[in-house]
Amino acid sequence: MSTLAIDKAGPSRKVKYGSMSRDRVWALRWSYFFLVLFAIFFLTPPVYMLITSLKSSAEISAATNPWWVFHPTLSNYVELLSSNQFLRFFWNSSIISIIVVIVTMMISIPAAFALARMKFWGSATLATGVFLTYLIPDSLLFIPLFKVLGGVQELTGITLLNRWYVLVFIYPTLTVPFCTWIMIGYFASIPKELDEAALIDGASWLQTLTRIFIPVALPGLIAATIFAFTVSWAQFLYPLVFTTSVDQLVLPVGITTTLIKGDVFNWGQIMTGALLGAAPPLVIYAFLMDYYIAGLTAGATKG
Amino acid sequence: MADVVVEQGRVARARGARKGSSLRNALGRKSTVAFFLTLPLILLIALLVLYPAFYSVYLATLNKAMTKFVGLSNFTFLFKRETFWMVVRQSCIFAITAVVFKALIGFIVAHFVHNIPGKKQRKWRGMLLVPWVIPPAMSTLAWLWLFDPSYSAFNYTLSFFGVGPIPWLGDTFWARFSVILVNVWYGAPFFLIMYLAALKSVPDQLYEAAEIDGANWWQKIWHITLPMMRNIIAITTLFSLIVTFANFDIVRILTSGGPLDTTHLFATWAFQVGIQSSDIPLGACVSLFMVPILAVAAIFILRDVNKRGNEA
Repeated sequence: MSTLAIDKAGPSRKVKYGSMSRDRVWALRWSYFFLVLFAIFFLTPPVYMLITSLKSSAEISAATNPWWVFHPTLSNYVELLSSNQFLRFFWNSSIISIIVVIVTMMISIPAAFALARMKFWGSATLATGVFLTYLIPDSLLFIPLFKVLGGVQELTGITLLNRWYVLVFIYPTLTVPFCTWIMIGYFASIPKELDEAALIDGASWLQTLTRIFIPVALPGLIAATIFAFTVSWAQFLYPLVFTTSVDQLVLPVGITTTLIKGDVFNWGQIMTGALLGAAPPLVIYAFLMDYYIAGLTAGATKG
Repeated sequence: MADVVVEQGRVARARGARKGSSLRNALGRKSTVAFFLTLPLILLIALLVLYPAFYSVYLATLNKAMTKFVGLSNFTFLFKRETFWMVVRQSCIFAITAVVFKALIGFIVAHFVHNIPGKKQRKWRGMLLVPWVIPPAMSTLAWLWLFDPSYSAFNYTLSFFGVGPIPWLGDTFWARFSVILVNVWYGAPFFLIMYLAALKSVPDQLYEAAEIDGANWWQKIWHITLPMMRNIIAITTLFSLIVTFANFDIVRILTSGGPLDTTHLFATWAFQVGIQSSDIPLGACVSLFMVPILAVAAIFILRDVNKRGNEA
């Protein structure tokens, strides 16, 4: 405040300079003001999840102030975490996501390596094809996939529909194209001299990949892993279509189908379940935010 | 030892360059290796993406029991149904409105975050990206609870301002409004992050030069920020258009297409027709109508991404 007053008292050129910095102070204040408004908009649902999850059913139906917890209780958490059904959903989601991450990496790292470094017949077309595949949404493929899986099931006698493991085959279609695409970007940014030196020293392609490319592109690898995990964790349409038995469901589908019994909504438990379901991605995000954001922006800025 | 190896490599390379035969040999080996490295990717895309995609065209030409070929009669049947045209209209309204608001909010908030200095900026950015991190199925449940007809926390708050209870999901207009609102809430942080990254890449000197020339804030945005960010804006918008147009989770959980099918999108209607009413050919047919718009958006994205690649 005082500096502004001094600036005003100074010669004319300084006044101009002072007005610029005053503009900046005001810009900052307005920025904070609007950011608070937007933060309220963005954070209301998760905060409301938390508030409701701490309420008992009696308090929810009492229609008191919904934004405040008068008698906080952890009973919803205790009930859900001791229910075998909910733990089963959690387990299914975890095991599927972890396997999908491993499968994705095993497919997309070698492919990205080949596409980034080995110019072979059709490599440019394949890279473009990978990117186009990434743009095909799940809602276009769920009906034919449902029939295809049914057909394979009839042909081989292996039960695929209504089994959690079928999702392990399907989810890579969502994760592999994007992971390959961003890995191509990361691999292509590694200086050619590095792997040429390794090749001259007698390293095989495989050694170049494991000794040079993977360690150097580790940030990209982490970003891709996070992406693969969050996509498989959040996927809703495929498990909704391909699995129906309660013991085969994953978290998002399990919560929406089993906790809503007929027309009775047990909101305390639904919100607790949703919050617990949102927890793993949120925790990963909290600890690895920079990698998360790198993965998010890499899709458009790399390549 | 090492010297010898290097020497050998150099000799081999020199000879390869001269004759071309060992080079061709190496290339032959290289392409074999490359083929095996990309084989899993090719198989995955061919079997689980391309094959189903073409299979769905075939499915769309069968009758409900999938026993005989009926040509285009599924398509002509859809054209005669009023619900179909409502779905087309609603999908377009939903996608365009949601993408426009996501882009606008993302652009505005990105500027505010960009104004915040240093460490605090990280904190704000982290906080504002939370909607994008929560799985949409989970956060939509929270919205469903916020919109609850008898216990709506929004209506409770609005009642203090004398605004009557709003039938968030019960009335056609408000249900359409609500699904768009939730989609904007979920998608705006993505735009925010993309635009923030783009803003950071605009050199400060440009703004300083403009400021000295007496440009106001609007001129700075119009003549510096927008041209510099054009590519990112185009890619992000087109990408979001695809994802929003093909959206399933939000509408499925909030309204299941109701009231009276007025909030159905292609994806949710295809699910209802194809899976719930088990008319798989008709469902496949419905979802195929997404293809033209997706294809146009994909072509433009590809053009922009390639352009970007060439610039770099």
